[in-house]
Amino acid sequence: MNRINEVFLKKKKRVLNIYFTAGYPKIDDTLRIARALEAAGVDIIEIGIPYSDPIADGPTIQDSSQNALDAGMSLKLLMRQLQDLRKYVNIPVILMGYINPVLQYGFTEFCQNCKKVGIDGVILPDLPMQEYIEIYQQTFEKYGIYNIFLITPQTSKQRVLQINEASKGFIYMVSSASITGAKQEISQEQIDYFECIQKMNLSVERLIGFGISNKETFDNACQYASGAIIGSAFINQLKKNNSDEAISSFVGSIINP
Amino acid sequence: MTSQENYKVNSNGYYGKYGGAYVPEMLLPNIFELQENYLEIMNKSSFKKEFHYLLRDYVGRPTPLYLAHRMSEKYQAQIFLKREDLCHTGAHKVNNTIGQILLAKSLHKKKIIAETGAGQHGVATATVCALMGMECIIYMGAVDMVRQRPNVERMKILGAEIRAAQSGSKTLKDATNEAMRHWINHPTDTHYIIGSVVGPHPYPDLVARFQSVISEEIKFQLNEQIGRDYPDMVIACVGGGSNAAGAFYHYLDRSEVQLVAAEAAGLGIDHKKSAATTFLGTEGILHGSKTLLMQTPDGQVTEPYSISAGLDYPGIGPLHAHLFDSERAFFCAVTDEEAMHAGIALSRLEGIIPAIETAHAISVLEKIEIKDKVVVINVSGRGDKDLDTYITWGKY
Ligand SMILES: Cc1ncc(COP(=O)(O)O)c(C=O)c1O
Repeated sequence: MNRINEVFLKKKKRVLNIYFTAGYPKIDDTLRIARALEAAGVDIIEIGIPYSDPIADGPTIQDSSQNALDAGMSLKLLMRQLQDLRKYVNIPVILMGYINPVLQYGFTEFCQNCKKVGIDGVILPDLPMQEYIEIYQQTFEKYGIYNIFLITPQTSKQRVLQINEASKGFIYMVSSASITGAKQEISQEQIDYFECIQKMNLSVERLIGFGISNKETFDNACQYASGAIIGSAFINQLKKNNSDEAISSFVGSIINP
Repeated sequence: MTSQENYKVNSNGYYGKYGGAYVPEMLLPNIFELQENYLEIMNKSSFKKEFHYLLRDYVGRPTPLYLAHRMSEKYQAQIFLKREDLCHTGAHKVNNTIGQILLAKSLHKKKIIAETGAGQHGVATATVCALMGMECIIYMGAVDMVRQRPNVERMKILGAEIRAAQSGSKTLKDATNEAMRHWINHPTDTHYIIGSVVGPHPYPDLVARFQSVISEEIKFQLNEQIGRDYPDMVIACVGGGSNAAGAFYHYLDRSEVQLVAAEAAGLGIDHKKSAATTFLGTEGILHGSKTLLMQTPDGQVTEPYSISAGLDYPGIGPLHAHLFDSERAFFCAVTDEEAMHAGIALSRLEGIIPAIETAHAISVLEKIEIKDKVVVINVSGRGDKDLDTYITWGKY
């Protein structure tokens, strides 16, 4: 069974998914940070594939990507860094990135290697659903890799249903009309949207991401979905202090009661 | 299938294997809105009427098709210059911004955003926003803002807000990224006026349609002047490819017309500092469409270089990638040095100082055989904005 499904079998609430950029802050930190996140009690890890033109990302993730690229990070190197991933990490690991580096790597080879190193899912925000179904779905499925789709407050209900149909693992619910970036609170407008989607009783689990930054926003989001995703706030933490202890206390500050 | 259909966008937004709409879910509602409405809006007679009225009385169309006598004599050919440099604001860019602002109004948008490299598209956008009384934000790379200071001030005078793109290489591609991010953050009341035949479907098609007025006019002007509505060859420069798309548009299915695209080779195609996408690029996805682009083996978009800021873009529109692959158009790489000399040559022979973008197209005359042919060169813009570059280069 895909590790993502295993998580949701065991845990229906307060699933914490943390994003960080591969090769940040130091080029060979990728595996260490993944291990530290698991040890700290995170449920799912999302590793960003750095890209030169990340149009859905705010300044924090842009900077971490550029930093990693400047240090020599690449998708090829990331796959090498993840070679021994499953010796050390048991929770689901998802790669998040943009479609172009994946196409240059070779799509089939990418899926093959994801399976080999133990990647469970992929998020490619600029891969449209139509193209996914026509060109890529078969290969994803052949290698058992889940393609995670996004929905946003602007996504029509009809399309949310289509995405639910095409989704495996979970649906990434973007919390507001925005690019990535840490925010301090969740607005009433966002809550209305969360409630509206909650009432649709979708068959696939939902995690809320974008703008989730601390215990308060995490707790709030968790009322309306199976859990939430933290990205920029964690990158900011890594920038300040990326020791295993600092990672542990950051995660603790979110999940501890 | 007729050959015409081969070069026009298909219903999925593709030209051959290029095109599409590779945008994040956050942008899809906006893109769908455009896809579903653009043709219907553009085909309305009231829309056409206002578009053509503004092109005539505001932009100054039709622009002349001028038989360049001395140049024709030099090359022993009939060389016609399509004078887009005489458009209001000094380049073809305004054809597109007039069209898109009318489109934005039809879609009840309140605010306009745009990206700009050299500042020509930014000026053309700020101009139509002033004309329509709409709020205007222009993203421009921080590096370009320094290089193109006069255009920054022009946009400010016109009432636009200029925002510096500080990410990545701080040039045109980053300004485009920032504009897209802005659009993600303001999805309902804002229209994004893209400046060339790039971006997700339907942008390449709608920009090409607005620019197609160029070849529409060439047809009737040639008919008047030489008694047939087509030349043997059309030459245009390609940054993203909008002036070329407009000049080629009505000849795409006329195989008797040779199409020639001039790309900026910078210091040369065997040099790192270049922007000749068809020579140095490979298939990939940039700014929402599958096309040819300059990138590393890892799929990171590389920073191009050209003396001409308007050609300094790492990709080309998907239509042009298809014209290249299918060999419908011939692509020529022109170096900085060759372009500058061609700019001086046109100035001395015909009294027209061209934009340095345009000078790349002029330089093609030195590279291919045109003896006895009827040739149309699209003079996409005038050189006023480039005086500093001419002066710094200095060899005149
Ligand atoms: C005068 C002129 N010509 C050509 C271009 C290149 O754009 P395109 O390839 O879209 O025509 C520009 C862009 O700024 C320009 O200002």
